[in-house]
Amino acid sequence: MTTLLDVRGMTKAYPGVLACDGIAFDIREGEIHALLGENGAGKSTLVKMIYGLVRPDSGEMRLGGTLFAPPEPRAALADGVAMVFQHFSLFEALTVAENIALGMDDPPNAATLVKRIRDVSTSYGLAVDPDRIVGDLSAGERQRVEIVRCLLQSPRILIMDEPTSVLTPQEVALLFRTLKTLAAEGTSILYISHKLEEIRILCDRATILRNGQVVATCIPAGETARSLAAMMVGSGLAVPEKHRAKPGETLLEISGLSMRSMSPFGTRLKDITFSLRAGEVLGIAGVAGNGQDELLLALSGEERSPPGTIMLASRDVGPLGPSARRYLGLLAAPEQRLGHAAAPDMSLSENALITAAVRRRLVRRGWSGLIDWPATDRYAHEVITAFDVRTPGVTNAAKSLSGGNLQKFVIGREILQDPRVLVVNQPTWGVDAAAAAAIRIALIELAEQGTGVLVISQDLDELMEISDSFSVIAGGRLTAPQPTRGATVEDIGLLMGSTGASDAAA
Amino acid sequence: MIDLAGLSPAALVASLMVAATPIMLAAIGELVVEKSGVLNLGVEGMMIIGAVCGFVAAVETGSPVVGLCAAIAGGMLLALIFAVLTQVLLSNQVATGLALTLFGLGLAAMMGQSYAGIKPPPTPRLDVPVLSDLPGLGPILFSHDGVLYLSIAVVFGVWLFLRQSRAGLVLRATGENHDAAHALGYKVVRIRIAAILFGGAMAGLGGAYLSLIRVPQWTEGMTAGAGWIALAIVVFAAWKPWRILIGAYLFGGVTMLQLNLQAIGVGIGVAYLSMAPYIVTILVLVIMSADRRRASLNAPACLGRAFHAST
Repeated sequence: MTTLLDVRGMTKAYPGVLACDGIAFDIREGEIHALLGENGAGKSTLVKMIYGLVRPDSGEMRLGGTLFAPPEPRAALADGVAMVFQHFSLFEALTVAENIALGMDDPPNAATLVKRIRDVSTSYGLAVDPDRIVGDLSAGERQRVEIVRCLLQSPRILIMDEPTSVLTPQEVALLFRTLKTLAAEGTSILYISHKLEEIRILCDRATILRNGQVVATCIPAGETARSLAAMMVGSGLAVPEKHRAKPGETLLEISGLSMRSMSPFGTRLKDITFSLRAGEVLGIAGVAGNGQDELLLALSGEERSPPGTIMLASRDVGPLGPSARRYLGLLAAPEQRLGHAAAPDMSLSENALITAAVRRRLVRRGWSGLIDWPATDRYAHEVITAFDVRTPGVTNAAKSLSGGNLQKFVIGREILQDPRVLVVNQPTWGVDAAAAAAIRIALIELAEQGTGVLVISQDLDELMEISDSFSVIAGGRLTAPQPTRGATVEDIGLLMGSTGASDAAA
Repeated sequence: MIDLAGLSPAALVASLMVAATPIMLAAIGELVVEKSGVLNLGVEGMMIIGAVCGFVAAVETGSPVVGLCAAIAGGMLLALIFAVLTQVLLSNQVATGLALTLFGLGLAAMMGQSYAGIKPPPTPRLDVPVLSDLPGLGPILFSHDGVLYLSIAVVFGVWLFLRQSRAGLVLRATGENHDAAHALGYKVVRIRIAAILFGGAMAGLGGAYLSLIRVPQWTEGMTAGAGWIALAIVVFAAWKPWRILIGAYLFGGVTMLQLNLQAIGVGIGVAYLSMAPYIVTILVLVIMSADRRRASLNAPACLGRAFHAST
């Protein structure tokens, strides 16, 4: 196989960080090449440089032997480099065909385009309907739209940035078949991921990044997941130890909860029923956009629900708002760290105050109602020390923290309030492996102290690791909880896909 | 006793079209601006600048056509200030738009000081022979000035542009998700500046329609909130060009109806009649946005959000 893309000495510095430090590797024709590394290892920056979104400070690239320095994505596309983004770059209010036309340099007329979309989607098994509005599509369908958009340009290199993080296991299998067909036809694929098993199954070669540098190049089929992880992290990881469930009395009881979503492309909750006992970790699996956000809003109190649908220790909390629910011990940490869980421009102290004011009595009682700043600072400090949040101090703005550190702060802030029930959504999304392990351990310990913990997550391995029982949310409906012990990732995956199975199988 | 016979339906419809045209022009311009993801609250300021520029130019040259062109140029010039501030210097769109309105009102008052009370050169009507003499339909359809026909053509043109053309698709995409548009290689800032300039041109033209054709005279503050009504009509129209036409004619209709009712002496206070068009607009807006879900469905997702390309 001949070398298609040759990258030499790529360097890019941001204020305070060297994102890429002299990275060199090459991709061969028709090869599936993995780029493996933790968050912050420099994968995204490197790929953005290849795609022309970010200009390197130094270094050069050769594509098929000629110098390649795309000043903008359009130029990269013209040279045959296409990219499927991690956070989809689609326009929700537009149709599939319009989205695809936008991605093309010289789109044909509407009828021809629709025909070409149909051709590509049948020959690669990527079922998409050109006339549908993207906002109504599932994550898997959206990804197919992006891939079709790329394939219509007949790219020489297809870059996939964490493509499987939003897919069901069945959709992942479908995607891998498509990628292997493409590679067999001579298209090179640069596959970015931190999921080791996937890379072992799919990729021909792997380049491993750590702190902006290439630390190894290997053939993943010849490695174990453990050895790849060691190269990626550079040290061993603490593995959370699952506690023995000794469930106590029922703390939270949800019965027949139905609610419409307030966002235009949201999911309506339909007849959600489950109960959570003291000391139990209940996992809720599901592909993004199946009602997880709506469920969290209903439980946190941001959206009120009809009387009698949400009972906390036999008390009806449905009509209560977030502060009243917090006072009674029902706490929640939403998925979106910046802007929902934390106010980006406010200091860590202020952010600690926002949710802990009621339970930690950070506001002086009586007529004055003034904020007790010394106590607030102490509380923020307590969170920082207990959860090893790396930050210069409590006066730093929330947005100055890295994703993993802020997530530790946001979860820790709830845990130290001694909740009776804690609801978390995607607790380790976009968090590096060490921080993720710390958060999981903290959640398990919290349950051992008698708190009921509800973990909403798309990461099945995470749910297998920490939950005692799990349900699957799909299309706004929740399956009956079943014990995690004895279940496999494939079982959960089948449940996740059950309502969306028609399109996955098509 | 009210003399309802004094209300001639044909004359009423013809006059409501004239009353609606300035708002319709400003609103269709603002619709394009908002579709590109920019919220320009300076419509009122651009309209009054258009009104005064058009008036001054028409009086000085004696040509209403020169006046209309000057109004377009004036509106665009003011819009350019807004474009540079918000798109290049990344200032806050709401604050900048409000400032633009205040600036425009003040500047127009200064420019127009010595022109109060003068009559501008008349703008000819495009009377279509024979057809304009038809009873009923004649005055409604065939006896207006050219700008009124142009305003309807602009609405149709914008509809065609947004729906059928590639440039229109790119514009909508920019308003929907500017980061994705940038990632696909579209020039978000350039597209938005072009949209803002179009909005300025239409607001300017709408202003000149007031001072040269509808009133026709220059008085300080003569737009009297028309720019704000235009902004409201964009929301009322749920960002759809044809509904701009409906919204503007509805507002124009209520305005003319209340004027006619005043003229024939209905027993309702003049103050209440004068506020009727505004109250109707507010009521319609409240009803329209009662369903938050549906209202947000059509709004451009990036409306009012500053775009900064990361490098």
